[in-house]
Amino acid sequence: MAEFALPANSKIRKGKDHAAPDGAGRPKKFRIYRWDPDSDETPRIDSFTVDLDDCGPMVLDAVIKIKNEVDSTLTFRRSCREGVCGSCAMNVDGTNTLACTRFIDDIRGDVKVYPLPHMKVVKDLVPDLTDAYAQYAAIEPWLKTETPAPPDAERLQSPADREKLDGLWECILCFCCTTSCPSYWWNGDRYLGPAALLQANRWIADSRDEHTGERLDALEDPFRLYRCHTIMNCTKACPKDLNPARAIGAIKQRMVARR
Amino acid sequence: MSLRTPLGRVRGLGSAKEGTAHWWAQRLTAIALVPLVIWFAVSLIMLTGADHEAVTAWLGDPAAAVFMLLLILAGFHHAQLGMQVVIEDYVHAEWLKIALVTAVKFAAVALGIGAAFSVLKLALGG
Repeated sequence: MAEFALPANSKIRKGKDHAAPDGAGRPKKFRIYRWDPDSDETPRIDSFTVDLDDCGPMVLDAVIKIKNEVDSTLTFRRSCREGVCGSCAMNVDGTNTLACTRFIDDIRGDVKVYPLPHMKVVKDLVPDLTDAYAQYAAIEPWLKTETPAPPDAERLQSPADREKLDGLWECILCFCCTTSCPSYWWNGDRYLGPAALLQANRWIADSRDEHTGERLDALEDPFRLYRCHTIMNCTKACPKDLNPARAIGAIKQRMVARR
Repeated sequence: MSLRTPLGRVRGLGSAKEGTAHWWAQRLTAIALVPLVIWFAVSLIMLTGADHEAVTAWLGDPAAAVFMLLLILAGFHHAQLGMQVVIEDYVHAEWLKIALVTAVKFAAVALGIGAAFSVLKLALGG
């Protein structure tokens, strides 16, 4: 049943305030969520004022600068810093996005940086993605065939069939979409979420795959697939401009087509 | 604390292999309700201030009675399909979920048949 009292860690305290360096030309305040599992304290919001004249243009540049120069305990994931690895997905200014592709100048007022919503927090800006990765594994994201590949060549696919994978293969599994979905928040234990479903459609739509029917069988479920109510937060959140809602719609169309 | 693997948890009891019929029926009844509700609203406005005799005469028209029955069928079916989804979304105690969905379905059948009986009684001059 609904829980009306929020868990203890939902109460967020005001944290430390780190002032701008002396002579800062363009000070900008970053308000960053902090939580340390090793302390008994509830989460807090620390403020860091960064001089934008002495910082790269992206939110990730500022977060790295803060870790390097102000507070080395600030914890977050990052790797490629150019929008292809999906590691630095976080909630910036109220929207799930990649910190490395979000311009600081696009944000008015203080820059609020939180971990991806409604996931367990490992530390600071690091969400626990264990379940999301298991949901990805559950859709069996690999080519499944009975026909052996030609001994001297790759499996062929026409350019037209290859085009059907555009808008699907680009997903980098940052889970900005999944963690923006209210249906996933309420039923994330049984609903696969937009990221896993977009990936499922990537294999359903692949002309080389011979297990389309089994894939649809595995998804045909009131919770796994049909918790999607076309809320479209996923499409709004995707930092790669993909459309998970349309991918889920395509799966539902195939469900009806095979009846 | 469960020591089950994350993949084991996600796979759970497996796929129910249903849900498409429910989803499709919800769409079909929604489409059917668009003209039916417009017709019903216009009819009600035209019957504003009408007495029992006038309403009985209106329902005596076979077309009106059939449209009324279609509205009742599509409306209650659509309502119970939608309520089931809402309950499944928000109620997480298994026993309460089953109890509420059952109550909604019983209520939809009872109210639907009650409404249909009322229409027939008026239409057939009971």
